[in-house]
Amino acid sequence: MKLLTGNDLPSGDVVWWTGSSWSRQIADAVDAGDAPEQLAMAEEAARRVNAPYVVDAETSPTGPLPLHIKDRVRAAGPSVRTDLGINPAIPLVKS
Amino acid sequence: MYQYDKFDQSIVDARVEEFRDQVKRRLAGEITEDQFKPLRLMNGLYLQLHAYMLRVAIPYGTMDSRQMRMLAHIARKYDRDYGHFTTRQNIQYNWIKLDETPDLLAELATVEMHAIQTSGNCIRNISSDQYAGAAADEVADPRPWAELLRQWSSFHPEFSYLPRKFKIAVIASDEDRAAMRLHDIGIQLVERDGQLGAKFFVGGGMGRTPMIAPEIRDFVPAEDLLSYTEACLRVYNRYGRRDNMYKARIKILVHEIGAAEYKRQVEEEFTHVKTLGIDPPAAELERISAFFAPPAFASGLRNEVDRSDPDFAVWLDQNVKPHKQPGYAIVNISLKPIGGIPGDASSTQIDVMADLAERYSFDELRVNHAQNIVLPHVASRDLYAVWQALDAAELASANLDLISDIIACPGLDYCSLANARSIPVAQKIATRFASLERQRDLGELKLKISGCINACGHHHAGHIGILGVDKKGVENYQLTLGGSGAEDVSIGKITGPGFDEDGIVDAVEKAIEKYRALRNHGERFVDTYRRVGMEPFKEAIYG
Repeated sequence: MKLLTGNDLPSGDVVWWTGSSWSRQIADAVDAGDAPEQLAMAEEAARRVNAPYVVDAETSPTGPLPLHIKDRVRAAGPSVRTDLGINPAIPLVKS
Repeated sequence: MYQYDKFDQSIVDARVEEFRDQVKRRLAGEITEDQFKPLRLMNGLYLQLHAYMLRVAIPYGTMDSRQMRMLAHIARKYDRDYGHFTTRQNIQYNWIKLDETPDLLAELATVEMHAIQTSGNCIRNISSDQYAGAAADEVADPRPWAELLRQWSSFHPEFSYLPRKFKIAVIASDEDRAAMRLHDIGIQLVERDGQLGAKFFVGGGMGRTPMIAPEIRDFVPAEDLLSYTEACLRVYNRYGRRDNMYKARIKILVHEIGAAEYKRQVEEEFTHVKTLGIDPPAAELERISAFFAPPAFASGLRNEVDRSDPDFAVWLDQNVKPHKQPGYAIVNISLKPIGGIPGDASSTQIDVMADLAERYSFDELRVNHAQNIVLPHVASRDLYAVWQALDAAELASANLDLISDIIACPGLDYCSLANARSIPVAQKIATRFASLERQRDLGELKLKISGCINACGHHHAGHIGILGVDKKGVENYQLTLGGSGAEDVSIGKITGPGFDEDGIVDAVEKAIEKYRALRNHGERFVDTYRRVGMEPFKEAIYG
């Protein structure tokens, strides 16, 4: 599956496409469909997201997870400051 | 400490308001991210993995307590209560909000600080020796020259769009405490026949193509320093490659045309530049230098210190260095507690250091490239009180230049360029070698970790270096041995295949145990490596 992610423009927070809007929780993310790049462009043009891009992902019992560690770190927060992360329980290594 | 004049203050204030308008236009959708990105980067604002990151310049690493307290205030008000001191003597905040950044910068400007030219292909923060003005071995205080270069390079119209970023270091001692020869231009102030001048080294750097800057000229009279620097930049700006960002740094130009040819061109350009009259008149140099006059040291103070507290005595031996003024000492505050994040400090800790500087160090602090803080002028009689205050704030780690005094970039925990995490590796190594007795037995051992080939963690210059790479989506760590950023500068060599996170810690320990087995009396790790070569270490690590 493919997820669409980016940053909230004013705050910079990491956000994930939920099918109708953007969430800070990756658990809310859904598959971005057949034309994620076009969706990203449209959402960015509408200023609902900043610097969006598409990531490959897999399903898991807790919801979708990116395949690449970089995007898992984005979803989880810094592994060395779990007190600051939005979801530090996310495994950083793919199953 | 240099103090802004009305021109300095007005251009910084104007820049804040300019950026305020740019942010407003971005949030209103009047400009796109592609249009906005270069504007925010010119103001030190990056978009990193989790949020915007702001890099604030600390000119040549020098601050007063008022400025340090402002850094704490910004951490509390605009970030998540901490900051990260970097290898370029800057501070970074990891959780900045775009819409709050103009107000943040306005507050920063009230203490004569900014984030201008902390990104982009321009001349970055001038770095220098953290012991400037305190070291007995300096021929002159390098800070007036660093300040002169700061003023010259700020908003320099010709050098705002260089082929690539540009880093300059100025030192004034034979002992290199600033990794000077790993800069685009390294300037070492020297004396010849009673005249002050500078050696110029050009074309050093780390990154994917590490190079040690060759000496371009052994003596440039001080009154020509600015013109000569300008000539070095002009040749680079004219011939540096803009077609390939991986070959755009000046080190590639110097390497490709050769140091001799580069020097020839610089000398030719210098002849022309010298006619332009850009070197400051003596009165302006004296005006700048006056800001860096030695503080009012008391005379007749004793160097002797009561060492009866054993923990204090260890800290004294490890973290306190001699001062040129009898009765005073240089205090190094390690930001490398065992298991901590190298370079991070909480707002409370930043305030504690500011308070100590104000009370005990003539209101001065320094940030060094090893991500530690320095109180440059502490009376020996006050050392115990300073240590007690540091200890209470968990800032008294007695590990300066030991294996746990690790330089580490933010790595994949924060940085969008990184391929692997640096900080967890640093934490595991520091924890493995937590025993101070064991660390001190190993002696000076500079371990440096980068999370990608850009080498912000200076791994090339580590006695032991670690480079994180992406191996098919999995973090992997290469080990290098034999680097140095000091006056015995060298680039480390890769040992062989890489390791996973736990494996790299084991590999470091194997290399160190081999060193212990092979070392001669008084040899540091890097000395033994240079004497015996790579093979015994490879056998120990991979055998």
